[in-house]
Amino acid sequence: MSSLNVTRRRFIGTTIAAGSLATGAGPSRAQDAPRRGGVLIVAADGEPRNINPAIVASNGVFFMASKVIEPLAEMTPGGGFTPRLALSWQGSADGRLVLFKLRPGVSWHDGKPFTSEDVAFSAMEVWKKLQNFGRVVFKNLEAVDTPDATTAAFRFSAPTPLQLVENALPALTSVLPKHIYAGTDIAANPANVKLVGTGPFKFSEHRPGEYYRLERNPNYWDEGKPYLDGIIFRVMPDRGAIAAATEANQIQLSAFSAVPLADMARIGKVPGVKVIADGYDGITYQLVVEINNARKELSDPRVRRAIAHAIDRTFVTDTIFLGTAKASNGPIPLFDKVMNDATLNPPRFDVARANALLDEAGYPRGAGGARFSLRLLPAPWFEQTRQFGDYLKQALRAVGIDAQIVNNDPAAHTKAVYTDRAYDLAIGSPVYRNDPAISTTVLYESGIPPGVPFANQYNYKSEEMDGVIAKAASEIDPARRVALYRDFQQIANRDLPIIHVAEWTFITVARDSVRNVANNPRWATSHWADTWLSG
Amino acid sequence: MTRIIAAIPTMAFVVIGAFVLLSLAPGDAVDAYLAQTGGSGGAGDDLRRRWGVGGSPPERMAAFAAGIFSGHLGQSIVHGRPVLDVVMERLPVTLTLMGLSLALAVGLGGALGLVAGARPGAPRDRALSASALIVNAIPNFWLGLLLMLLLAVRAPLLPVGGLQTLGAPLTGWSAVIDRAQHLVLPTLALGLGYVALSMRALRAGMAETWRADHVRAARALGHRRRSLVWRAVARPAILPVVVLAGQQAGTMIGGSVVVETVFAIPGMGRLAFEAVSGRDPPLLVGVVLVSTVLVLAINLIVDLTLARLDPRIGAADA
Repeated sequence: MSSLNVTRRRFIGTTIAAGSLATGAGPSRAQDAPRRGGVLIVAADGEPRNINPAIVASNGVFFMASKVIEPLAEMTPGGGFTPRLALSWQGSADGRLVLFKLRPGVSWHDGKPFTSEDVAFSAMEVWKKLQNFGRVVFKNLEAVDTPDATTAAFRFSAPTPLQLVENALPALTSVLPKHIYAGTDIAANPANVKLVGTGPFKFSEHRPGEYYRLERNPNYWDEGKPYLDGIIFRVMPDRGAIAAATEANQIQLSAFSAVPLADMARIGKVPGVKVIADGYDGITYQLVVEINNARKELSDPRVRRAIAHAIDRTFVTDTIFLGTAKASNGPIPLFDKVMNDATLNPPRFDVARANALLDEAGYPRGAGGARFSLRLLPAPWFEQTRQFGDYLKQALRAVGIDAQIVNNDPAAHTKAVYTDRAYDLAIGSPVYRNDPAISTTVLYESGIPPGVPFANQYNYKSEEMDGVIAKAASEIDPARRVALYRDFQQIANRDLPIIHVAEWTFITVARDSVRNVANNPRWATSHWADTWLSG
Repeated sequence: MTRIIAAIPTMAFVVIGAFVLLSLAPGDAVDAYLAQTGGSGGAGDDLRRRWGVGGSPPERMAAFAAGIFSGHLGQSIVHGRPVLDVVMERLPVTLTLMGLSLALAVGLGGALGLVAGARPGAPRDRALSASALIVNAIPNFWLGLLLMLLLAVRAPLLPVGGLQTLGAPLTGWSAVIDRAQHLVLPTLALGLGYVALSMRALRAGMAETWRADHVRAARALGHRRRSLVWRAVARPAILPVVVLAGQQAGTMIGGSVVVETVFAIPGMGRLAFEAVSGRDPPLLVGVVLVSTVLVLAINLIVDLTLARLDPRIGAADA
């Protein structure tokens, strides 16, 4: 197993990159009989203050918490959903009712039975009130009726698309135990750092700065699972050390490109170590040029289009992301084959066209060749957002725009862009949450007050855009809903209030002994009940 | 006692400085938090109210002052627990690491310095001095990674990082040995640079002392070099090494940020870093306060040691 073992399921419509991509972690090896036992040691990427996934729907939290607290359903490879705590669901014709049949015989880690009361409580008190995405999706949720212990009927005051509710299941519906949270200050409940769930693993211990320990739940509803005795998330702030620890077999797995992409080729050649680019499609990240549309030059769509023409997307995907990204064609990732409009024609790399547009907009080159100067704030959270900032500065110089890079740490960046709007261009990285209404329209709709991060703080306001977004939000017919989001993508690509450059996923680096890795599109943030260790 | 009283204005200055500087930095704890969670975890204003980071600067200053004098140094925003608890969790690790590194610096550095200074200019002195220069010039994060690659990955003799072997609980002596093994590389990474410094200080002092009148007189009287090394040359030259150790204790806390990060050790250096990036002024002040006390304590020990080594020192100050 010493060859570079990249199993990279590319998106449908593209060919497999090269014949050398072996399928080491794929079906051929999954046929081995799973073995019970062993503790998996994983590199953790941080210690969030609140690790309750029902409140904090972020990948940093899901990475660990998804093993303890379960959602109603999980994503399936190739599209669709696998039941977790819900067995089935169906919507009414008027879009005001969604009926969930829940899994019977499930118990919480403290022994109490899991019932529809827990789902009703989580939906009404947590998802709808405390979770940023849930506030949107469950905005019109009026009540959840619980005729019996395994039925939860979601009643909405206004039509709510079943398609949206379905797409929200994996990331937005972590179920909390009512008996622990009811009647307390939910946001400050001690169980937010000492999780109690129904999942394959029980939360056992957190030693700050050192590790989290999860142990096997012997009463898990999926008989015989989980295979592992436990999982330890070891806090490792240095990425070079993560690579070294994997080589020395002191950790067996790291996710979210914790081992830097630049190290991918080298570590893939280490005997006993495999690099897996699969298992992240369901949490695709998007590389976006955020634009302050209130700035005089940038309020002109021709200038924004010129910036888009100045960017060589191939360079971005191949050189910055080393082939682990794809060029975007608009605001919805290509991965979402239902919603993405394949006919979109984003501005292609064309420096001459960019220069012509800028001339036409009335910004001739001045002394020194610069037309005007802009502040550029690359988000500090990824190596690639920073590198793309450096690239964009150079790309803009070629079209006569002088971009001054302003580097900030995460707190300062968030405030500058999303509260003070003290930027001209910024580089952002929103996560696509499986439906445009969950994570994408918020980047385009107007009326969002300053201080709401990762939303339209771009001073973009279009009645046409707001109209389409509002209409789609209550359109319950799936086909018409998709058509409205096609319109949404067309307007977004015409106005270009922000520019989607690329979409990317991550790599997992694991020892060969770790099996059943990356077998669903949200693998890193899913249950791991079927993950096992061979020898 | 007078020393402790004299330290109070210093501490007050350090505390107010740390608080004000971090409060002036753009973005607050909620911004840092929302950046981490991608906007999840609560509405900004609600979080600010809950965590007590809203309000005007004087209000925050008052709340902070109340926290400082509350007996547990106030509430950490990032951890949501009393600052004193959080800092005390990390203190033993940092103390151990610093103690071992200082011991290494003084012990090994002193020994090598003695060897080099016994005959300044000799080949072994030149070799040692040159190596010391190189080691001293290597940044400790790089030294750490290099040691890790050589001694933990290429030759898997030692653990890569952390405090203990996880996944297989050990007890009794094997647990003690396991923990000791985990400290070897971080101690080397943190301490080697200071070994070089101590060595050079001792060697330089000795080289100078060889030229002092009383040593030349002793040599002229026929005392052999070897018999003079310890009795007449090294002893006075050791004083600067001890003084240096006191100073190193201060800079070591800074250096430990990097070493603790590379070796995934939950110490105070990393805590300070987390406090800054998480915009947690009470926690930062807590770390700074405890570190200041630590440095003062070490310097007190240094002064007492000096007084023992050289009776002329400290008589007036005690």
